[in-house]
Amino acid sequence: MSVAAHSKLVSMSQAIAEHVPTGSSVLMGAELEQMIPFSAGHEIIRQGRRELTLIGPISDMLFDLMIGAGCVSRVMAAWVGNASVGVGYCFRRAVEQGIPHAIETVDYTNFTLAMALHAAALGVPFLPTYAALGSDLLQSNSNLSEFKSPVGEDRLIAVQALRPDVAILPVQRADAAGNSHLWGNFGVAIDGARASRKVIVVAEEIVPPEVISSDPNRTLIPGFLVTAVVHEPWGAHPAPMQGYYGRDHAFFAEYHEESRKAEDFDRWLECWVLNLPSRAEYMVKLGSTRSADLKVRNHAYTAPADFGF
Amino acid sequence: MIAFALAKRTHAPRATGLFENGIMRDEPASTLLYTMGDPSNLFQATFCGDMISVMSLLQQGRVNVGFLGAAEVDRFGNLNTTWGSRNGQRVRLPGSGGACDIACLAQRTVVILAHETQRLVARVKHITSPGNGDGAGWRSEQGLPAHSGPSAIITTMGVFRFGPDGEAFLASIHPGISLQEVAKNTGWTTRVADDLVPTPVPTEDDLAALREIDPSHFWTKA
Repeated sequence: MSVAAHSKLVSMSQAIAEHVPTGSSVLMGAELEQMIPFSAGHEIIRQGRRELTLIGPISDMLFDLMIGAGCVSRVMAAWVGNASVGVGYCFRRAVEQGIPHAIETVDYTNFTLAMALHAAALGVPFLPTYAALGSDLLQSNSNLSEFKSPVGEDRLIAVQALRPDVAILPVQRADAAGNSHLWGNFGVAIDGARASRKVIVVAEEIVPPEVISSDPNRTLIPGFLVTAVVHEPWGAHPAPMQGYYGRDHAFFAEYHEESRKAEDFDRWLECWVLNLPSRAEYMVKLGSTRSADLKVRNHAYTAPADFGF
Repeated sequence: MIAFALAKRTHAPRATGLFENGIMRDEPASTLLYTMGDPSNLFQATFCGDMISVMSLLQQGRVNVGFLGAAEVDRFGNLNTTWGSRNGQRVRLPGSGGACDIACLAQRTVVILAHETQRLVARVKHITSPGNGDGAGWRSEQGLPAHSGPSAIITTMGVFRFGPDGEAFLASIHPGISLQEVAKNTGWTTRVADDLVPTPVPTEDDLAALREIDPSHFWTKA
């Protein structure tokens, strides 16, 4: 089998240019604080995308900086901020003052967002839950509506299925066809891959298909669901990638301070996104000392599992 | 995260920690966590999976206690983490995350926050995560599970518990804090338990554990 014939490998700039047009709904940050596709977000900003709908449970600071860069018209999320340090200033400026422009917020809870993607992954129009009963979220999110159970007396929330145009999912390793191994916590990534019309996999490593098929339990995104594969080492920094690098806590804290004022944020954006054409240049700017500090120091390999027969 | 680590070392050695990103742990992480997705929280976890595998257990009523922070809590234990205000201006806060799910579905919920008038308000402006709504019976009217709801509000001045009418009352007061200080910093007329007690001070073992879990006081700073 010729690998080239089945290869979906493209550069990050090609993947974003082809699959994330202006107006798209984009699932990012599906694994919560782990494995956030920061390099994809930076490329979306550089390519000047506008009017995106960002979808994700909690986005850490990625949604905040994309909002500040003016790419976003709507956010469908459970939480938007900067996880270890607090609020997201760009999100606040956009919602409170319309800077750089007003955005619509569709507030979910983590569980209801997970169920919205799960419903789409299952191919059903909605799923029922008791979560969010009594919450004022119901007044602002028309995708959550109360109904009476047809099989009892219970009141429930119908969570409408949510089908993003594209999911951008960092993974530890993939083959060129997009079959992807992930490990760690998955958040909503597995449902997200099944729910979305297109999937861009951002792989830390590209491996031969035999590596993937040696451990099919770890293949959480089958390649036939994948539209494009991007090989992007360090693509999640400053978020962690289990087994490759840790979380750059200081980077999140620095962003928090440097995004407090709009003009400081603009400088930060130029410095860390607009003036750097690719992740390779970003890593040069970050510096080898800082990246060396984040690398895994104590490897912890799993026990092998025997798939023999 | 710190409450779980402390409980494991003290009264609840067999507790399991569940994290909504998909992690379950029998032992707390070996380093301080800045987020639940820090690599040390995945290392030697008991289970790593997706969000629904954890939240499904919550919805079944199998999670005993949930811990929540909040920008605002009111006298019925309702939480607001969506819309705040500062100097009369609306302030957009990050939102629910998993807090609303936990407040709806955990068997009991413990809220932890700094005791300030702008945080302990008579009525939250927005119910992000429901407590007892407007009083007794409200949760069942909404359709929330029978065995769920707020159990305590732990502040920097005392501990509130909830009466049969669904309203919070001061059950214990921290040493060195007066009732006047509590009243001055609470946005509603505080009811006080007939048998109000001083909050037990942390034991030497508790403090030693906390200092070991958070040596740089990242989360436990005053």
